[in-house]
Amino acid sequence: MKGIKLSKVKAVALNYAILIALALMSIYYAIDARGFPTLENLTNIFNQNSVYIILAVGQTLVILTAGIDLSVGAMLAFSAVVCADVAKHMEGYSYGIIPVVTLVSIALGATLGAFNGAMVTVFKIPPFIATLAMMTMARGMANIYCDARPIGHLPAEFKLIGTASIGGIPVPVFIMAAIAAGLFVVTRYTVFGRYVYAVGGNEEAARLSGVNVNATRFWVYVISGMCAGICGLILASRLGSGDPKLGYMYELVSIAAVVLGGTSLFGGRGSVIGTIYGALFMGVLENGLLLKGISTFYQWVIKGIVILIAVIVDELKRR
Amino acid sequence: MPQANKLLLLKGINKSYPGVRALIDVDFEVALGEVHALVGVNGAGKSTLIKILSGATRMDGGQITLDGKPLHITSPHRAIDLGISVIYQEFNLVPELSVAENVFLGREPHSAMGFVDYKKVYREVDALLKTLGTTVKSRTKVSSLGVAQQQLVEIARALVVKARIIAMDEPTAALSLQETDRLFSIVRRLKQEGKGLIFISHRMEEIFQIADRVTVLRDGRLVATKRLGEIDRNELVEMILGKKLKKYHSVRETVPGEEVLRVEGLSRKGVLEDINFSVHEGEILGIAGLVGAGKTELARAVVGLDRADGGRVLLRGKPKRFRSPIEAIKAGVVLVPEDRKNLGLILGLSVRDNISLPNLLRFSRGGFINGKQELKAVGDMITNLTVKTTSERQLVKNLSGGNQQKVVLAKWLLRGERVFIFDEPTRGIDVGAKVEIYQLINNLVREGAAIIVISSEFEEILELSDRIIVMHAGRVEGELSRAEATADNMLLLAMGGKHRGEGAPVAVGTSSAGQSGGADR
Repeated sequence: MKGIKLSKVKAVALNYAILIALALMSIYYAIDARGFPTLENLTNIFNQNSVYIILAVGQTLVILTAGIDLSVGAMLAFSAVVCADVAKHMEGYSYGIIPVVTLVSIALGATLGAFNGAMVTVFKIPPFIATLAMMTMARGMANIYCDARPIGHLPAEFKLIGTASIGGIPVPVFIMAAIAAGLFVVTRYTVFGRYVYAVGGNEEAARLSGVNVNATRFWVYVISGMCAGICGLILASRLGSGDPKLGYMYELVSIAAVVLGGTSLFGGRGSVIGTIYGALFMGVLENGLLLKGISTFYQWVIKGIVILIAVIVDELKRR
Repeated sequence: MPQANKLLLLKGINKSYPGVRALIDVDFEVALGEVHALVGVNGAGKSTLIKILSGATRMDGGQITLDGKPLHITSPHRAIDLGISVIYQEFNLVPELSVAENVFLGREPHSAMGFVDYKKVYREVDALLKTLGTTVKSRTKVSSLGVAQQQLVEIARALVVKARIIAMDEPTAALSLQETDRLFSIVRRLKQEGKGLIFISHRMEEIFQIADRVTVLRDGRLVATKRLGEIDRNELVEMILGKKLKKYHSVRETVPGEEVLRVEGLSRKGVLEDINFSVHEGEILGIAGLVGAGKTELARAVVGLDRADGGRVLLRGKPKRFRSPIEAIKAGVVLVPEDRKNLGLILGLSVRDNISLPNLLRFSRGGFINGKQELKAVGDMITNLTVKTTSERQLVKNLSGGNQQKVVLAKWLLRGERVFIFDEPTRGIDVGAKVEIYQLINNLVREGAAIIVISSEFEEILELSDRIIVMHAGRVEGELSRAEATADNMLLLAMGGKHRGEGAPVAVGTSSAGQSGGADR
């Protein structure tokens, strides 16, 4: 009897491992690191990590289908330079700039994502390879587009997207919340979301159940691309510059957040909520280490260790 | 009993998984030169026991001794070193390596320089294969071998590591009758050489044919160990189930209605040749044949999983060309596949997710799922089909084989489908659940569904079918009515009957079925 109780406690602990770890770490920092528990710093953590979270929730859908999207960082960069360029050309249109660049970022991301999706579904190229190719192509195109020179001196209205606050909460946090909530609903409550899990769980069985496997896989890359496009807009706006070097290695950050959040790289298991916890965990960890004055190189090592621990915990959970 | 001839002795074995006691004080022994059958319904604890022996999992308590010496099986590698080899249903072979490389995998003999001595490897393996009475060559790639031959490679591997105990988990599940015979003659030889063999099977006739003793497990406990001379089939089945077996008879008024599905001249190069048949409402058509006769290929071609080169399929009189199973499903023709774990189910998802998957569009509006409606429909299915599960959120991989098959059925019943093709509906399913599956199929047909049952088990075909067609080498060899059909005349047709010919995958010659007719095609 006692054994069952204990194992139940263990199961719950493993299930919410990332959330518990996030809470414990936050409490530790709150006591230990000066400046951590302030409202300002917490808002800052969400703001800093909004881009990571958006990329990671998009990545979650791809990974749930047993795919992977290595191109998100490069698509982000391409979107950033294009958005900056469009904004620059629209100087003088005042707030009219905002809807236009928003649409441009989403459309560009969707197009690049659709290209990925087509490679994966029509030409049956493994997602790793297809998005690796997109990673180098999009990075190249971003540089070609702006002649490898960041596009600066952007209109003030454009910079509002990444820097303004509404009621003390930064706009990127709102955008992040909307996208995360949207994709949470999609994965939990829609037919498409169910198909995503089914395709990742067993593609062949899904096909035999009448699921349009190719369409499902295609759309997850489009969604991931759109997320990357929006992130490009946010970063270009926040920094006031469309830089083709933006988003370098962000694909790995997003994958790490997904894995930390308990989503299986083999597909079919995981959740958007988990990914948000995972991304926040990485963000809080980084923020705390920064406040404690630990150097970037040590941070990298610590983050690597954290990823390994997360995967080990996940492995234990499945036993 | 003299201790000496007890090769392997397991005493008081206990094993728990979170929330489940998989084995409770189980005793088990294998004597020298004995074939000991291990039986029980799925979930009885057979696999756990084998996994403990093979080192795949550790026991919580108990004792294992070999020749009176205590064994500590800490890993699969250790188990092999100790002389215990397990041959699982899914083989552990590397398809792209040669037979010999597989046999010696992980134990390659080294020359003085540390290089693998391949000459020696190939020589030894060829000699070994010869003693096993096979024509398989040591340099052949494993991927080019059939199931039976791959099994031989596994056996050869067990012999190379000088295994004293060889456990086989449902070794005959994918074998034809002839291949089974050949396997059994090898098993008998190993027995004479003093090996101890553990034989797991659901097939009663095989147990009585090959085993000396049988141990029955139920709910993780030892029921009994008996000499097979002491009991008969019914007694064994009752021990397995723990209750009296109700003889199952399908008393069904067969009033076939109008024709639903008609297949005309269906062909696929090298696989299917001019197949013709039809199924009516309220009728079960049995498709019998040995493994490799083309039955599964026929089912795949009908629903559009494979492309047919010629012929056509008519649904209610109208020609249909299914280019994919999606089109077949939309038209109401459902294939319940043989390989339910890979094709029928998504094991890592819940019972609810699996059942509702092909029905989601019905439970949704504008792409959003109506959870209440879905839950009610799924709950009704679970109740109606008596799926044994803790809740609809339980993952399908945690269910027994019989309950998994019920989940597959529930998916399609919920859609209200009327045309079903069941490919080996009870493969790997225990006796109790088998009867329930038969009842479900019979209920369906009573409600007017048109059903095709494909099976290599003649008993199953006889049990269910109103009409039977028998396939051999990709052709329909004959059609039998329920009254005409017997296991004997089905076997005759299945083995090529009068077309005793060259090139047929099943060579005639070992049984009485080979009444020649001479008339070659």
